[in-house]
Amino acid sequence: MKSTLAWQSLVALLLLLLALLQLPLVKATADGAAPVLMQTVPFRIYGLILAGIGIDALYQSRFLRAISLFLCAHLATFFLFTQIAGANGTARPAFYLVLAACWLLAWRCVTVLSELKPAGRFGRIALSLIIPAIFGAWILIIWEAVTRGLGIPFILLPPPSAVFAKLISSLSIIVADVNQTILKSVLAGYIMGCAGGFVAAIIADRFPFMRRGLLPIGNLVSALPMIGIAPIMVMWFGFDWQSKAAVVVIMTFFPMLVNTVAGLAVTSTMERDLMRTYAAGYWQTLVKLRLPAAAPFIFNALKINSTLALIGAIVAEFFGTPVVGMGFRISTEVGRMNVDMVWAEIAVAAVIGSLFYGGVALVERAVTFWHPSFRNGKA
Amino acid sequence: MDSHVSHPDQATASAPSVISAAGLGLTFPTNDGPVRALADVDLTINKGEFVSFIGPSGCGKTTFLRVIADLEQPTAGTISINGMSPREARERRAYGYVFQAAALYPWRTIEKNVALPLEIMGIAEAEKRERIARTLALVNLTGFEKKFPWQLSGGMQQRASIARALSFDADLLLMDEPFGALDEIVRDHLNEQLLQLWARTEKTICFVTHSIPEAVYLSTRIVVMSPRPGRVTDVIESTLPRERPLDIRETPEFLAIAARVRDGLRAGHSYDD
Repeated sequence: MKSTLAWQSLVALLLLLLALLQLPLVKATADGAAPVLMQTVPFRIYGLILAGIGIDALYQSRFLRAISLFLCAHLATFFLFTQIAGANGTARPAFYLVLAACWLLAWRCVTVLSELKPAGRFGRIALSLIIPAIFGAWILIIWEAVTRGLGIPFILLPPPSAVFAKLISSLSIIVADVNQTILKSVLAGYIMGCAGGFVAAIIADRFPFMRRGLLPIGNLVSALPMIGIAPIMVMWFGFDWQSKAAVVVIMTFFPMLVNTVAGLAVTSTMERDLMRTYAAGYWQTLVKLRLPAAAPFIFNALKINSTLALIGAIVAEFFGTPVVGMGFRISTEVGRMNVDMVWAEIAVAAVIGSLFYGGVALVERAVTFWHPSFRNGKA
Repeated sequence: MDSHVSHPDQATASAPSVISAAGLGLTFPTNDGPVRALADVDLTINKGEFVSFIGPSGCGKTTFLRVIADLEQPTAGTISINGMSPREARERRAYGYVFQAAALYPWRTIEKNVALPLEIMGIAEAEKRERIARTLALVNLTGFEKKFPWQLSGGMQQRASIARALSFDADLLLMDEPFGALDEIVRDHLNEQLLQLWARTEKTICFVTHSIPEAVYLSTRIVVMSPRPGRVTDVIESTLPRERPLDIRETPEFLAIAARVRDGLRAGHSYDD
C-alpha cells in the first residue's frame, strides 16, 4: 500500500467539487420531462471517478492502476453521455467540469502506462499502439461532447458518432468511391509519376546537358496550377480515372526528379575514387554506390508523393468525373448539405493516406536501416 | 603465391621495377594562380619493397600516390607502373588503394564490402567466398563477416578496408595515411600486423604517413618530401632487419635512421616566420 495523489487526481477532485455546486448536469428538456436516470447517474459517475483516483493512490502495481484508471475514466464518460442522449444542447457547466475530470483520469492513465516497461516484444508494440489510441479517442470524445453538449448545428460540425453512423450506412458507396479514386487514379498515377521522375533523374544524371534542360522544365510543370491542369487533363484523357491519374503524374513527377538528382550527388569523393580504382563503369558505380546512397532521398520523395497523389486525385475529380469517386462525392454531397457524408469521405481519405504513408515509411526503415537516423544511436 | 621469393636487401638491385617516375610534375590551376603540387620527381620502386613517403602537409606525397593510381593526371614527366601507363594499370586492376578513412559502404556487411571489388571484377561465386574468408583471416577479422561497418571500431573498419584492397590480389598496395585517424596503441598493433602481412604476401607497398616512427618502423626505404613545390629531398635506405618486433624502436640503429629522417624533414621545411 502507498498513498500519494497525482496532480491530475487532485485537479480532478477539485473539478468534481466545483461540479457538485453546479448540479444538475443537464437542463430539463424542452418538453419538461427530465430523464428518469437523472437521480442515480451522477452518483455512478462520481463513484467511478473516485474509485479510479483511490485505486491509483493506494496500490503499487502499475498494471492494476492503469487498468482501473482506464475503466473508470471511460465508463464515467459513457454514463455522462447517456445524460445528453437525444437532447442536444442541454449540457450545463457541471457536465463539462465532470468531463474534464474524466479526461484528467485518462491522462493519468496514459502517464501510468508510459511508466510501464513490458518485457516482451508484443507488450512493447501493444503499448506503443494503446497510448496514441487513447489520445486519439479523447479528441473524438471532446469533439462529440462539445458538438452535442452545445447543440452545434449539424451543417457546421456533425458529431463523430453521426459521421460514423453515416459511414456504416453508406459503406457500399464509399467502397465504390475508394475503388475509383484510390485503387485506380492514385495508385496508377503514383506509380507512373514516381517511376517517370526516377527515370528522368537517371537520364539527367547521365547526360549533364539533359540536367540543364530537364530540371527547369520539371520545375515549370510543378508550378502549373492544378485548377488549370485538371480540366485540361479531363479534355485530353476523358472523364474516367485516366485523367485523374494524369494529374497525379504531373504532381508526383517533380518531387521524385529533384530528390533523386540530389540523392545521386551525395556520395563523397573518396567513395567515388574507390570505385574508380576498381575500374568500375558508370552503371556499376550507379547500382553499387550511388543508388544505395540516394535511397534516403528517394524514399523522402515517395513519402511526399503519397500524400500529394491523394490530394491531386480527389481535387481533380471536382472537374468532371463519372458519378463515382471520393472527390465527386465530396463536391456533390456538400451541395446537398449532407455534411456527414463529406466528413465520412474525409475520414476515409485520412485513414487511407496515413496507411499509405506509414507503409512507405516501413519499407524505408527496412531498406535504409543503415542510415544514421535509423540505426538506434549506434555510431 | 608466385615463385619470386627473395630477401629485400638483395632484391632491390635485381628485382624488376614496379613504379618508375622520371621528371614527374603536376601543377593545379587555382584561383590564386597555379600551384606546383609535384616537381621533378625521379623515383624507382622495385618489387617487394615497402616504401614510405613522409613530409609536411602540401608536400605532394598523397598527390604522388594518386598519380600512381590514375586519380590525378601528371602535367610533366613520365610514370609507368609495371611498364604500363597509370590508366592501363588501373584498368587491369594492378593495385589496391587504402584511403585515409575506411570508406566502407554502410549498407553492406563487412563481408559484402570486401566482396565489392570482386563483384565489379566479375569473380565467380565460389572463388569470391574463398577470397573473402582468406583476406578477412589475413587482417584478423574472421567472425565479423555479418557485422555492418558502423558496428565496428575505427581500427577494425580500417582493417576491413585493407582486406577489401587485398581481396583481388593486386601485387601493389597503395596506402594513404591509413592509420592517421587512429590512436597510438591501435596504430602500433596495426603496424605490426601490416608488416606480418607484407612478409606473408610479398607485395610492393607504398605508404604515405606523417609519423617518423611509423615510417622508420615499416619501411625498407623512406622517401622524404618537402612542399612548395612538392619534391623529393632525400631517399633513405633502411638498415633494419626484415624481422621487426615493436621494441626495435628503442635500438640505436632505429633512432639513427629516425634522426636522419628528421634532419631531412627539417632541411626541406621553410618556416614562414
